[in-house]
Amino acid sequence: MAQVPVAEGVFTWPSDAPALIGSRCVACGNHMFPVQSGCPKCSGDSTETVTLGRRGTLWTWTIQGFPPKAPPYAGDADPKTFRAFGVGYVELPGEVKVEARLTESDPEKLKIGMEMELVIVPLSTDENGDEVVTFAFAPVA
Amino acid sequence: MSVDVAIVGIGMHEFGRTEGVSGMDQGVIAVRRALADAGASWDDMQFAFGGSMAAGAADTMVSLLGLTGLQFINVMNGCATGGSALFSAYNTIRSGVFDLGIAIGFDKHERGAFRVNTKGAGLGDWYGSSGLALTTQFFGMKINRYMHEYGISHSTLAKVASKAFRNGSENPMAWRRKPLSEQEIADSPMLSYPLTQYMFCNPGEGGVALILCRADKAHLYSDRPIYLRAAAVRSRRFGSFEVLAPSIALEHNAGPTVDASKAAFEMAGIGPEDVDLAQLQDTEAGAEVMHMAENGFCEHGEQEMMIQAGETEIGGRFPVNTDGGCLANGEPIGASGLRQVYENVLQLRGDAGSRQVPNDPKVAYTHVYGAPGISGVTILSR
Ligand SMILES: [Zn+2]
Repeated sequence: MAQVPVAEGVFTWPSDAPALIGSRCVACGNHMFPVQSGCPKCSGDSTETVTLGRRGTLWTWTIQGFPPKAPPYAGDADPKTFRAFGVGYVELPGEVKVEARLTESDPEKLKIGMEMELVIVPLSTDENGDEVVTFAFAPVA
Repeated sequence: MSVDVAIVGIGMHEFGRTEGVSGMDQGVIAVRRALADAGASWDDMQFAFGGSMAAGAADTMVSLLGLTGLQFINVMNGCATGGSALFSAYNTIRSGVFDLGIAIGFDKHERGAFRVNTKGAGLGDWYGSSGLALTTQFFGMKINRYMHEYGISHSTLAKVASKAFRNGSENPMAWRRKPLSEQEIADSPMLSYPLTQYMFCNPGEGGVALILCRADKAHLYSDRPIYLRAAAVRSRRFGSFEVLAPSIALEHNAGPTVDASKAAFEMAGIGPEDVDLAQLQDTEAGAEVMHMAENGFCEHGEQEMMIQAGETEIGGRFPVNTDGGCLANGEPIGASGLRQVYENVLQLRGDAGSRQVPNDPKVAYTHVYGAPGISGVTILSR
């Protein structure tokens, strides 16, 4: 079974150290995720594609407690088997805060300010039987 | 010299779920009720601004109301659709272009959480497929951070929702009219931590229409005109934390509510201390808490004491969401901002019945917030 990313150009894959792919404004250095052509900070029209840092701190979080509507959700949306998952913003130092799934879904184990690291997690199986993967942040043990 | 503007007629179709009546028809019913309230006819309307998110192009309602040839402009501006229609009508009269016109908002949404159109929002499909494109997540994350920073308790969130359903039970136009205790709210399923099911509003249905007139002609339509002192709409700035954002900047900006509020107070020439009651966007219980401070009515964190002491109740020092807000009325996006103004007109007229704010309120405030980071504020006075 092959693994395919949920979309091309969102994170580096396959990779031993996967990273999110974003943009950096050539004029002011502002970082953005995902890739975009214009800069919301300085209105500049020139950006370069960069890989973002893989580690950061948890800025805020929630727990997705009910199945998202499918579509658009590609994961398990069956109320009988759905499992709650964490969602948060992780602050990548000197770059940007990115929104992501979290591998942890227990409110007792999530703390604002904790260290997090990017990982790639299974999301669903596509029509070819391949495993679709997306990005998430996991607490650094 | 700009012209003063008065609201001389208000009409509403009940919020909630009305089987067999389209969103557009609910808008038409609201228009007919507003016309009756003003003692005016559709033929008197010189212009209209109207909108819905999911219930069709507002201008097609002329085939039900009368083909009078009026200037009818459709407004589609996310959660500020109704607010934007009102803003446009306000400025049309202020500028002296027309004397009398109408702002209309209506909607009818499918059940359950809003299904986000990621393409329409300029986002890749991966965002929704990965389980991220839910507005409910944003609300959970914003209040979770806010509680961490400013010491707001879980009990305060439950108190806000309990007040909404209590006020809604006094409002014949509201959807959810059954009071719920703080405990029932706290014990309902956790949808997006720290927010439980009864702390969230639901997409719904309804319609509202408001008739606006130059102030010096208002007596022709109403013996109790309510004056629109300010209407402002603002979008997000760099660094603000908004719904449906795959990333946010490291630097912090206070957001569009703060900007819209400041602009409205400046326009009206008054400050937050002059406001007697407010309808503040309460997509969920935490939003009402945060919006109290973002609109300038208290310091960040002060809400904990205010809400625990009952100050935002109808009989309290500063009543908030006297009609039950979005929590009790649901959120038909196109109509929601106009519902708030409708309630304030009732309160300022003294017509709010069992939920009337005591002591003759003179100044009332509305605030709507929504995707993709937009706020609309109005200030009304007698
Ligand atoms: Zn820039």
